[in-house]
Amino acid sequence: MINIFAIDPLLVGDLLWTPLLIVLLKVLAVFVTGLVATMLMVWFERKVVAGMGNRIGPNKAGPFGLLQTLADGTKLFFKEDLIPERADRFVFKLAPFLSFVPAFLSFSIIPLGGDYRDGNGGMVSWFGEQTRVQLADPPVGVLFALAISAIAVYGIMLAGWASGSKYPLLGSVRASAQMVSYEASLGMSLATVFLVTGTLSTSGIVNAQGTLGTWNVVATGLVPFVIFFISATAELNRPPFDLVEAEQELVGGFNTEYSSIRFALFYLAEFMNTITMSALMVTLFFGGPQPIAFRGVVLDIPLVPNGLEGSIWLFLKVLVFLYVYVWLRATLPRFRYDQLMNLGWKVLIPASLGWFMLLAAQRLGRDQGWNTIAVTVVSVVVLGICYVLLQLAFSVSAKQREAEGSMF
Amino acid sequence: MELFVFVCASIMILVGAIGVVVRKHPVHAALSLVLTLFGIAVLFVAQEAEFLAAVQVIVYAGAIVVLFLFVIMLLGVDRVEELRTEPIAGQRWIAAFVGVAMLGLLVAAIVTGAEAVIGRGDGIASNIAGDNSDANVAQLANSVFSDYVLAFELTSVLLVIAVVGTVLLARKRKGQRVVAP
Repeated sequence: MINIFAIDPLLVGDLLWTPLLIVLLKVLAVFVTGLVATMLMVWFERKVVAGMGNRIGPNKAGPFGLLQTLADGTKLFFKEDLIPERADRFVFKLAPFLSFVPAFLSFSIIPLGGDYRDGNGGMVSWFGEQTRVQLADPPVGVLFALAISAIAVYGIMLAGWASGSKYPLLGSVRASAQMVSYEASLGMSLATVFLVTGTLSTSGIVNAQGTLGTWNVVATGLVPFVIFFISATAELNRPPFDLVEAEQELVGGFNTEYSSIRFALFYLAEFMNTITMSALMVTLFFGGPQPIAFRGVVLDIPLVPNGLEGSIWLFLKVLVFLYVYVWLRATLPRFRYDQLMNLGWKVLIPASLGWFMLLAAQRLGRDQGWNTIAVTVVSVVVLGICYVLLQLAFSVSAKQREAEGSMF
Repeated sequence: MELFVFVCASIMILVGAIGVVVRKHPVHAALSLVLTLFGIAVLFVAQEAEFLAAVQVIVYAGAIVVLFLFVIMLLGVDRVEELRTEPIAGQRWIAAFVGVAMLGLLVAAIVTGAEAVIGRGDGIASNIAGDNSDANVAQLANSVFSDYVLAFELTSVLLVIAVVGTVLLARKRKGQRVVAP
């Protein structure tokens, strides 16, 4: 029973008061960190986008406009809560929570710090108890995050449907098709990480990325990371894949009929998901809370204990990704829907599958002691043949469609 | 503790299952199905089969029911169904008979195989000790990809055939087939 909670030494053995309090403290810390980070993320995004557009952005509430989100949130609390007449009342009320709760749940498996150096494996000592700086470390680790992101589809989908009006429904139908199709390539690129590190648990994956050369972005050969990044952006419904809420076409998308605090919950979930996905990306591909180390030289932050230093590294790495997401929003135009589906099904899924086969062949060759060059040549030739066949299939189907005169 | 979890999950499963049958609205019925699937996932976790639980949620709740809902919304059949009419004559009686027969079969299977159900089997249960946390996944992979690899591959072929067949059947052909120049 206890196994799902952790492989944390804290929870093995009798349940005593100190471990229980530490766990409660962790829950509180993760929740508060999530909320505050989301608040700051909204401010950060508005400020950076404003800067890129030569504007000033929020600057009235608090220093540098830092409290703007708080002011907006308070305002939303006091607005009138509307439920459209044709809405399905129960599902309409349920949907914001289905969107909000998963956003927080997936934050719980991310290692938020800890000492991974000198074979410590991310353990820190709190009040005389050995523990990890992460709420839960389930054995299925990253699969838990995938499952949670699968649940998050329901929030958006049901919100659009329950509103009982046309545009939100269109938005949610788009969303569900998009999220389900990109989940495939997301999972497939994750599989390469499992292949290289040989574990599913998040702390195990972080532990395997001690130096710059063993960071999974290098170890899996960049391609899975690129695929993961694109799929994650689509999964988050962030620009350039924000067809779910294309303002020009759908008024406001799936959340058009929502107002007041229910709308705020969707908004919060969206930004929370961005942060979680960035943190997941850092955990999987960029060593999580591990410091940057190369050939035995560790970039150490002086005067800070190793356990705390992990959190600082994680924060810095996540910040890079958050900036990239804001940057994408400010610069890239939106995809057309058929382009989106083409990219997902015809490029990303075959590419991730092919790369996975390549890595698997390499590993098998190494285990069996085969000639590395021969293995590489054979697998590249096989992949090449697959590529040609795939292109042939595409061109044949395109010709057929043209002949039949249907649109796409 | 285990009993408590079992009772809660069972209530979830039963409420969901009854909901699927009783709810008049297709979308509500699909949501009840999700509740059932979650309950089963909880039971998997209680049996220490975390991998199965995760896959249950990812595949069934995350993909299949989403597709159900997608089709319901896209086709616009999300109206309250009239449950009193019978599309096929005598459907109810046949359904009741098959249901009772199924129940009988299950009870018979459990009674005759009580030893295997109640006794502690050596299935895919993982070791709780912290040294090998992936035991669950590793054992499952070993049995699927070495002992039962033929059956596994055959199942995948079956799925591909189903997909190809569906595409072939669902494709609309406009009049005569035009030969491409």
